[in-house]
This record gives sequence, C-alpha cells and structure tokens, in this order.
Amino acid sequence: MNNPQLNESGELQHLLTTEGLPAPILLKILDTAESFVGVTERDIKKVPLLRGKSIFNLFFEPSTRTRTTFEIAAKRLSADVVNLNIAVSSQSKGETMLDTVNNLSAMHADMFIVRHSQSGAAHLIARHVRPEIHVINAGDGRHAHPTQALLDMFTIRRYKCDFHNLRVAIVGDILHSRVARSQIHALTTLGVPEVRVISPKTLLPSKVERLGVHVYHDMEQGLKDVDVLLMLRLQNERMLSARLPSAEEYFKHYGLTQEKLALAKHDAIVMHPGPMNRGIEIDSAVADGKQSVILPQVTFGIAVRMAVMTILAGN
Amino acid sequence: MNLPDAEQLLVDLTERMRPDVTKNTVLVGIYTGGAWLAERLHQDLKCILPLGALDVSFYRDDFREIGLHPQVKPSDIPFEVEGRHIILIDDVLYTGRTIRAAINELFDYGRPASIRLAALVDRGEREMPIAANYVGADIILPEDKMLALERGNDGRLSLSLYDKVSPEK
Amino acid sequence: MRIFIKNGRVIDPRNGIDAVNNIYIVAGKIVAIGTEPDSFQANHIIDAKGLVVCPGLVDLSVRLREPGLEYKATLESEMRAAVAGGVTSLACPPDTDPPLDEPGLVEMLKHRAKNLNQAHVYPIGALTQGLKGERLTEMAELQDAGCVAFSQSDKLLLDTRVMMQAMQYASTFGFRVWLRPEDASIADSGVAHDGEVATRLGLPAIPVCAETIALSKIVLIARETGAKVHLCRVSSAEGVAMVRAARQQGLPITCDVAANHIHLSEMDISFFDSNCHLVPPLRGISDRDALRAGLVDGTIDAVCSDHAPVDEDAKLLPFGESEAGATGLELLLSLILKWAEEINIPLAVAVAKITSEPAKILGVKAGDLSVGTAADLCIFDPGQHWRVEAPILKSQGKNTPFLDMELQGKVKYTLADGIIVYED
Repeated sequence: MNNPQLNESGELQHLLTTEGLPAPILLKILDTAESFVGVTERDIKKVPLLRGKSIFNLFFEPSTRTRTTFEIAAKRLSADVVNLNIAVSSQSKGETMLDTVNNLSAMHADMFIVRHSQSGAAHLIARHVRPEIHVINAGDGRHAHPTQALLDMFTIRRYKCDFHNLRVAIVGDILHSRVARSQIHALTTLGVPEVRVISPKTLLPSKVERLGVHVYHDMEQGLKDVDVLLMLRLQNERMLSARLPSAEEYFKHYGLTQEKLALAKHDAIVMHPGPMNRGIEIDSAVADGKQSVILPQVTFGIAVRMAVMTILAGN
Repeated sequence: MNLPDAEQLLVDLTERMRPDVTKNTVLVGIYTGGAWLAERLHQDLKCILPLGALDVSFYRDDFREIGLHPQVKPSDIPFEVEGRHIILIDDVLYTGRTIRAAINELFDYGRPASIRLAALVDRGEREMPIAANYVGADIILPEDKMLALERGNDGRLSLSLYDKVSPEK
Repeated sequence: MRIFIKNGRVIDPRNGIDAVNNIYIVAGKIVAIGTEPDSFQANHIIDAKGLVVCPGLVDLSVRLREPGLEYKATLESEMRAAVAGGVTSLACPPDTDPPLDEPGLVEMLKHRAKNLNQAHVYPIGALTQGLKGERLTEMAELQDAGCVAFSQSDKLLLDTRVMMQAMQYASTFGFRVWLRPEDASIADSGVAHDGEVATRLGLPAIPVCAETIALSKIVLIARETGAKVHLCRVSSAEGVAMVRAARQQGLPITCDVAANHIHLSEMDISFFDSNCHLVPPLRGISDRDALRAGLVDGTIDAVCSDHAPVDEDAKLLPFGESEAGATGLELLLSLILKWAEEINIPLAVAVAKITSEPAKILGVKAGDLSVGTAADLCIFDPGQHWRVEAPILKSQGKNTPFLDMELQGKVKYTLADGIIVYED
C-alpha cells in the first residue's frame, strides 16, 4: 500500500502522521529546523523562502495556541496566512468539509494546515486536494499530531544528543492522545531502545504494546532510570465518562512531583505539549524547575514547523 | 585542464587583502568552501573580531525550481552586523546569485557599514551586477563544468573540476 | 409464458441436486425437471450450457430505503439491483423513516414492491414502536400485514426488561425475533473493532465483549421465554463460539453473517477507508477466520448482503463521521463463490447459504427448485470475471470495500415467478 504522505520520488508531499515515515525524512526535518532556530533568534526573524505562497489554517477544531504557532512559522517564511475557524463559519451552513476545501483550493491555496476533531480528517483532505497542494495535519481526533511529536524529538535531541541510548516514558491518557501516538512512532523510528507508557488501565488503548512500547501502571516503577519524561494533558472529560474518579487521585498516582522525578535519572528532562494543568498531571515546582524544558519546546515548535513547511513547499 | 594550486591562490589572495584589513574588519565565509577559506584568512590576517559563516539556502532564488538544498547548516554570525565593515568570502565567483543571496541574508541581521567581496577564483559569466574586490585568479572554464574547492584531511586546499548536473525539477 | 432452460448445471441444495439437467417452466411455476412434459412448446429457450442454475437468492438483510430515505436510494433502483444480483426474495429491516411499526406502512411497501414484479419483499417489522425500545408494536397486526419477523435493526435495545418482554410477547404467537447482538453502552460511540488498527488510527473502538455480553443476554432470555430468535450479523470468534455452545445445549437459535465480514478484517480499513465503516465493525483476522469456520460447520446458517446504499456525501467524511454500511446486493453471489473457492468446498454447500438456509430462517416458501413451486431462479456463470465499478452497479449506493476490484461469478439471468426479470 503506497504511503499517502510520499510522492512517487519518495519525498514528503504531505505531513499527516509520523507513522510510516522513514528515519531519514524525520531527521531531515530536525536538521533543517536547526537552521531555523538561528533565524528565530535574530532581530529579523524572517526569510523569504515562501514569499508569494498562501497558507490556509483550516481549524475545524478550535485552538489558539497551535494555530498561532503555525501562523508565526508561516509568516517567518514570508508566506501569506489565512486563518479559518470553520467551526463558526461554513460548516454551520451545512457545507461539507470537502466542499470547504474545494472552495479554498480555488483561491490558489498552496498549503492547508488542518486540525479536526475526527481521526482521519487530514488523510481525507490530502486524498482530495489537487496535486500541487500540501497538507499538514495539526491534529486529527485521537490519531496524530506529527508536528508536536517532531518538535518533541527536536527537543530531546537538543538535550540528549543520541536517540540510541535513551529510556523515554510517556505518562498519561494514551488512549485519547494524538500526541502520544505520534511520539511513539517517532521515537521507535528514530531508534529509541526503550519507550514506556505509564497509565491507568482505563486510559490505555487495546494492544498498545504492538506499537513497540512497554506498559506500566505503576508510575514509580515506570520512571526508574528514565532519561526523558513526556507528560500528557488530562482532560476533565475523563472523570465525567467514568474512566477516572477525580483529578486528585490521578495526581496522587500519575502526577509528576519532585519526589517521583527523583526516581528518574538525575539529568532527566521533563516535557509537556501544553497547555499544562498544574497540580493535575504536573506539579508547579517541576514545571518551573531546572529539569523542565517546556518553554524551549515552544520556541523549537516554531522552528520545526518552519522546517516542515519549507521541505513540503520545496518538494 | 590544468587547474591552479589553491594554496598558492590563497597566498596571493591573502596578500591582496592585507592592506585593507583592520582590527575592525569582520570576515564572513559562505559555506562550505568560503567558510574554509575564511578560517585560513582569519588566521593569516590575524583578525581580532570573531569569524562568521553564512548558509544561503534560505535566500537562494531557485527554491521553487529545485527545492531545499540537501545540506542546510545553521548560519553563525556571532557579532552585531549593525555598522560593521564586512568582507564576504566565497570560493568560486560565477553568476553572482550566491552573493546576492548572501547580501540579502546579511541585511536581515542588521545594516552593515560596508560589504566587500573576496573570491579565490573568478570564472566570469556574471548574471548579476556583482564584482569581487579581491580575487585569487581569473579562470575561464567550459560552460558544462563546475569548479569546486576541496579540503584534504591534512587541511590542504585544492581545486577540482566536475560535470555540471542539470536540475531535475 | 413457457420457458425451457436447457443444459444448465442445476444446483438445488434443499433437494440434494447437483447435476446437469433441463428445467421446464409454465405459467410462473416449475413444472418439470429432467423429463420434458407432454406437448410442451417453449416460448423462450435459455441455453444454460456452462452456467449454474440455482434457486433465486434469498437475502436476509436488504435496505430498500423506502419509505423516507429516498435520497439514498429508491425502491426501483434497489429492486433492480436485487435481480441484477440474482436475488428473488429479500427481507428488509424496519429502520425506514418512519420505521415499519404500522400495518399501513408495511402494506404500502409490499404493494409498491409487488407492482414492480421483481423480487419478493418480506418486511421485518419493528419490535418496538418507533424502534424506540419502550413500547411494543402490534406484532399480530404487523404479521397480518405481511411481516415475517420482528427486529430493532441497529437501534439496539437499551432496556433488558423490554427485551425480555418483547421476546415473551413474540413467543406467545410464535413470532420470530431478529436481534443484532451488541451492547449499546459498551459499544458507546465506537466505530471500529477494538484492536491494533483502531489503536493506531485513534478510532473509538467497540470491543468484542459488546457482542458477547449482548449475545449471552439474548441466549439466556431466549431460553427463558422460548422465543424463536435469529441473531443478525455475528462478527467475532467468541460470538461464534457462544452460538455453537448454545446450539449444542439444544437452543434452536439461528444466526447470519454479512458477506463482507467473511472476507475482510480491520486491516482493510487501511488509511481510513470509509467504505470499510460497517456495522458491526470488521474485526480481527482471527475473528474473520472463525466466521468462515462457523459457516463451514453450520454454526452460522446463512450469509446475507446487509445491503445498505449510502449517498456519496455521507461517505466522503472522516471515518468516524461517515455513515456506516455497504452496498451489497450485486456482490453477494460473487463473495459467496469466492469463499467457496478459497476453502475448496462444494458449490452446492455455498449456494445453500444464500438460498435454502436463509429461506428456512425467513420461514417462507423459497430457496429451492421443487416441482410445483414458483419459478424463482438465478442462472449464473461461475467463471466470468467482472469489475466492481460504479456505473455497472444498479444500486444507487456505490459504497463497497470491493470498489474497483475484480470478482468472479456473474448473474446472467434472473427469473421471478417464471418471468425473466434480469438478463445480462
């Protein structure tokens, strides 16, 4: 089955998921992002690469954070950006998702950045756009959030250099997390020898071990000798749907505190895709502590997205 | 075809530049050949201010045709460009498009007081109104050949000729 | 009308026939097989050399989308699709709009279908009013109007007490109750089988226990009430095992499987192909293999198409939002033949699964070629390849996982009541 993300020459045509992308492609994105970090650090944070290109943010699921990062990244590439919060406009008039996409394509869009509450939305759009248009998945349901995983990999490489001798733990609601799925695929592809997921049974998907992870229900066991801690956000919905009793009990067993962090390696780094629920999945002391690299993640996120857009536009 | 000795050309170039280099001069080499040359020049000309290096991939004019260059490295400009006298260094000056990109990139770092250009080899065939201030040698080459600078394991520089590969895209 | 079908390989599983023979039809009935009747003069001769002549197919689940859902398909288009697929008797579930919970609606549907003079339509009546799962329908009235069984279709019963009382009431009259075994609260908003594929694709999932828990509930209530129960669309290995065990303990329960489920699994969803969004979901490969084994050993009595034409817009949506269902009338024969060939079983055994066995479940006179019965026949070329393409399908629904694939087995003629209602 041919990979819908790659064109006939094996180059990236769309970025829909980290699953199925060969390591060289992932590494190229990380390497290119290195150069963009430098750009974000100087006064003129722009380069003229995507001048004249139109990038449309198609957010069927609202998100100010992610949309803003993509917008900043696109503008730093000198592209023209159009933001569409579809939830509010045409969808309510009964226009189908593909009708919206077709209308926008007719406006000479070069790239669509899509966020949707349903898994597979970005794949569907990528199947239906004209060949010149590139699609970036900014999050589809529970399925994937590839740019988040890539910026997480970039961050890990920055602080830990070599993927090949790391123990990485992903903590939290794996079942509902597109970030976790994308992280797992990226970590295993890049050669991380041990990927752990730490979660209560009600928040783990079926047969998750088949993705190449070790499952832990006990956080203290799971964090032993870990080099990288990837924390996930806990949605309030989980209590309402009878998967968890309360945020307090969750914090007691799965929240990251100084004491639990001490079980990991002394130079372990703590990451979080944001926004954080302080006191639920992570303690403020840890979030603001010296092992936390949560703020640098945000900066790297812009550089990584610039790299993704550049590589797609150039293929 | 007999290519000149790059080391000898470097010596000639260094001497041509020496009279104009002061303690306020900044050298910026263009990856990769220009950066190697800039390292040697920085040393031989006893420059005080730190050395800069530029990757012009993000400023090239052929992105739409051939996409991103396979090896992109971060540029390194460890000084304020504002008000500086900069000498840009490249190995082979040809169409002038690389220099155009380098100048645009430098201006995104700040407003320099002046930019001069030093090239080890000038092979003519300019497509931009650009000239070098300092040149090692002028060489005429066949249109289907590209000239490249190489650096051996011992650090010794040499010139080599290879066939031009036309862009596929 | 006097029709002579000559030299066909006649396969009639109920009467144990599989041999080349001639069939004679007069005034809509089969008057003889083998020996030509005295002074028989054919109006029409069909040379069935190299073809199979079997009873018209009996399909246990065909959504005609009338009344109410005509933007998806019409009675005309779907009845044409039925005979193109060799189907001469079909049961349609009550999930129309409004649901088939009133005798008037049932009569109108039967009347409309009868006037088209194609396949015989056997409506399945709603078990509860509006399919809401609260109050019982007038099952006796509905049976008088023509319903052969009662079902909730895909509107699962939430209240166990209602299920028990509905089955008890049906049992009073000896009515059949058809139920799809799935526990609504466990299935929740799931759209795919709870396994590796749903985990990778991030799709809300339906675990196997949604089927087994509901199945055990239905079996226990059936035992308790003595109701005649038919299980619709078993989908899992454990489900098949439970049916096998219940039968071994003497419970006269029947079950069917959808044709797509004997070939496909969760793997076929691939990159979110909404044509594989089906109810029940396509499960794991071991489940599929258990369904196939269940068909062989007779635990699963029959195969149906579970025909559900869906308009293109409703499929061109992200997987979870897309409407579930596949068009299937025109693929039923080919898919059964494909299964038979893959596991190397006699053609007659396969044909039984779509003729005599489903007819028994429906409790109607159909599914065999006995002399004196209505001449409902399907004449097909078992070796002919055809490509499943949208313009070829007569159904308004082009939604099938087998789209653009090549299948084997083509219907050449379909006869209903002795009239040629389809010719290739």
